[in-house]
Amino acid sequence: MVHIHIDGISKSFAGFRALDNVNIKIAKGAIHAILGENGAGKSTLMNILYGLYRPDEGQIVLDGRPLKMTSPRDAIANGIGMIHQHFMLVDTLSVTENIMLGLSGGVRPANLKFHEARINALSKKVNFAIDPAAPIWSLPMGMRQRVEILKALYRDAEVLILDEPTSVLAPTEIESFLDSLRTLRAAGHTILLITHKLDEVMQVADRISVMRHGKVTDEIDAADSTPRELARRMVGRDVVMDLKREKTTPGAVVLEVRDLVARNDQGVRALDNVGFSLRAGEVLGVTGVDGNGQRELGEVIAGLRTLEGGTILADGKDIGALDVKARKNVAGIGFVPEDRQHTGLVLDYPVATNLVLRDYDRRPVSRNGILNYGFIARNAVDLVKRYDIRLRSPQQPTRFLSGGNQQKVILAREIEARPRILIIMQACKGLDVGAIEFVQNMIFSLKKAGVGVLYVSTELEHVLDISDRIAVMCRGAITGIVSPQEATPERLGELMAGVRSAA
Amino acid sequence: MERIMQVVFAMRTVWAVILALLVGSILMIFAGANPIDAYAALFGGAFFDYFGFGATLVKFSPIVLAGLAVAIPLRAGLFNIGAEGQIYIGALFCTAAALYLPEMYAPLHILICVLAGALGGALWAAIAGVLKAYRGINEVIVTLLLNYVGINIVSYAASGPMMEPGAPYPYSPEISSSLFLPYIMPPTDAHAGAVFAVILALILAFCLKYTTFGFSMVTVGYNPKAARYAGIRVQRQIVVTMMLGGALAGLAGAFEVLGVKYRLFQSFSPGYGFDGIVVAFMAAASPIFVVVAALFFAGLRSGAQVMQRAVGIDSTVVDATQGLIVLFSAASLSFRFRDSRWARMLANRRTMEATLASQEKPNA
Repeated sequence: MVHIHIDGISKSFAGFRALDNVNIKIAKGAIHAILGENGAGKSTLMNILYGLYRPDEGQIVLDGRPLKMTSPRDAIANGIGMIHQHFMLVDTLSVTENIMLGLSGGVRPANLKFHEARINALSKKVNFAIDPAAPIWSLPMGMRQRVEILKALYRDAEVLILDEPTSVLAPTEIESFLDSLRTLRAAGHTILLITHKLDEVMQVADRISVMRHGKVTDEIDAADSTPRELARRMVGRDVVMDLKREKTTPGAVVLEVRDLVARNDQGVRALDNVGFSLRAGEVLGVTGVDGNGQRELGEVIAGLRTLEGGTILADGKDIGALDVKARKNVAGIGFVPEDRQHTGLVLDYPVATNLVLRDYDRRPVSRNGILNYGFIARNAVDLVKRYDIRLRSPQQPTRFLSGGNQQKVILAREIEARPRILIIMQACKGLDVGAIEFVQNMIFSLKKAGVGVLYVSTELEHVLDISDRIAVMCRGAITGIVSPQEATPERLGELMAGVRSAA
Repeated sequence: MERIMQVVFAMRTVWAVILALLVGSILMIFAGANPIDAYAALFGGAFFDYFGFGATLVKFSPIVLAGLAVAIPLRAGLFNIGAEGQIYIGALFCTAAALYLPEMYAPLHILICVLAGALGGALWAAIAGVLKAYRGINEVIVTLLLNYVGINIVSYAASGPMMEPGAPYPYSPEISSSLFLPYIMPPTDAHAGAVFAVILALILAFCLKYTTFGFSMVTVGYNPKAARYAGIRVQRQIVVTMMLGGALAGLAGAFEVLGVKYRLFQSFSPGYGFDGIVVAFMAAASPIFVVVAALFFAGLRSGAQVMQRAVGIDSTVVDATQGLIVLFSAASLSFRFRDSRWARMLANRRTMEATLASQEKPNA
């Protein structure tokens, strides 16, 4: 029996089609996973289901009747509860108080006991083992998530939407989280699981919809599939050898890393003894399902994240002790960060200033501590022309440039610093075709100039287009390094799902 | 049209002040005075009278330095609410240097006293800076609470170890007259501190725009992540910036001792540090505008007495008007042009014009 029918939903943002005629039927009492890379449209779809966005076309049909939702309040009234990736809990309040927040009647001491007893009963029923009187700050992440789920259940939610639920959990908490999902399913709840973690999906989901570029590309029963099959469908492209790639003979090793260990922002170990080497004039692609340590890898090498173990050798010299500035100026490491708007640029600064952001205290940008605005302006005019950055004036705040042009500003700055090693993170994310081609040509010319390029991207097609070798990461480790010829969808799927390379 | 509105918008603090003065005039009417006469007496007394202007400058010196002490950290995204406490600790250090160091060449001794004051303020602010940078503790709370600690330390010093023997009221012995700052408008009390403060504001304005030090500070304020990526040591920058702010407030304390009071009094500052917060926000953290706003504020404070004498209403009306100015300018800063109704109306107008223009064309 179909519980929710997502019926032909389309949604565009400023001309970008985030969802394109999405049709999904979700059975009652099932765990339905929606799988896809970042930017595939999963979150947009969830926000529509939760009443935060209104679809341009199509409708949500619940138990056979079309829903008209204008706010999350309507979603709750219809029995749809959402558990966000980032918890919306008040740390200093107790479990009960948090659950009562927003209920009509508010937090009154008189009802506290009554609600506490009911929450306790509910929590027992779904095997959550939560003390309703405990303050939130005293609970580990896994427990907080249960509070969020209880919050939805207490509002009589029959449908639970979970957005990347395991991203904040420690590995040990994941198993019990999956158990609670099974318990909830047994209690008759319909669960919609948004994720890009393959193994979890395989463990609990009944049915899986794979999304790519705003469309549902596959819908399969979990029993009929395997993780590697899913990985292939998620990436979803038959690998075509690109003719543009020129064979260059790689030179000496410019970057060698061994046994790298680092933690992510949540303090969870994100890099687990990673090692590889990169030669001059070589492009090493690093790919994998998002969130498997790629970001941390780039940041550790660039000096933006603490190295907890292992060695980084640039031109044979250990650079582990150097700070960001020295990694750039002494070791010659250029870095194009993943978060271009918040790390790569100061959006309120003029483009001209951003073009010298990492050289502000070096000649010729400044001399004896005094900035040379004349040079900064001339430099900007020159780079804007050579890198074809489209803008009204180099003195325009960078905020008003399009994503592709912002990326060009960063690339121009990093390439003009003449690095020997260039780390490029998610270079083409959100860029249009023209900008992507520009970036790729840039990388080809760097390669010819003998720069070692570490190209980190989850967009497999781009990685395949330009890499000489492809390293695949899974759970913080490199599961294999393959040549583009070996990189068949099956092989990559295996590696992305964590099946170690035999060779 | 939009350009005009943007200019009007950029001057929103000025409008807020004018509005506050208008509301203040209602208070004056209730107090039984003609507001025009009262304001004429107030501003005439504060700015267009030799002695009155001298009195204004006496108050201007600490207010402008306190304003800079708040404005500079503000540029790095830090809220220094502790200028008052830093003024006190600065005055304490300065007095100690004046009283307890052996006799020496006077200009050198003055310089040492001034630097001691700056050092005192800097160290006091460094507490908040270090806690913020390395422990993530909110600097607003730390600086705010350290005000009271600083004020009470001075109370203790002035009524205990540093108290002049036999004094009727807690204050220290007088410093040597060779250490008095030179007067700039004799016979008024206006002293060289005011000139020095203005020069300092100009230097700071230059530093913020044209030096790498200022650049890294402002970059931290705009975007700490990008600052780190640019190779700026963000934590160190936070500490240094707080210390710079504290040093400026400490200077204010030092000049109060060397230029006005000549001793360390218990509770000698009538809240200059808090005026500094208002001044810094009114000036949108620009050092040059801090000078303008501080001059205005000092004028309000010194003109109040003149007004009281001239039109016979209590100077508390001016206190109330000052409160209104704070309220109105704070409120005005919460407006963002893009979110304002004016901006929406202008946007609507543009779409309407565009629609009309497209309709004028013959339908295809």
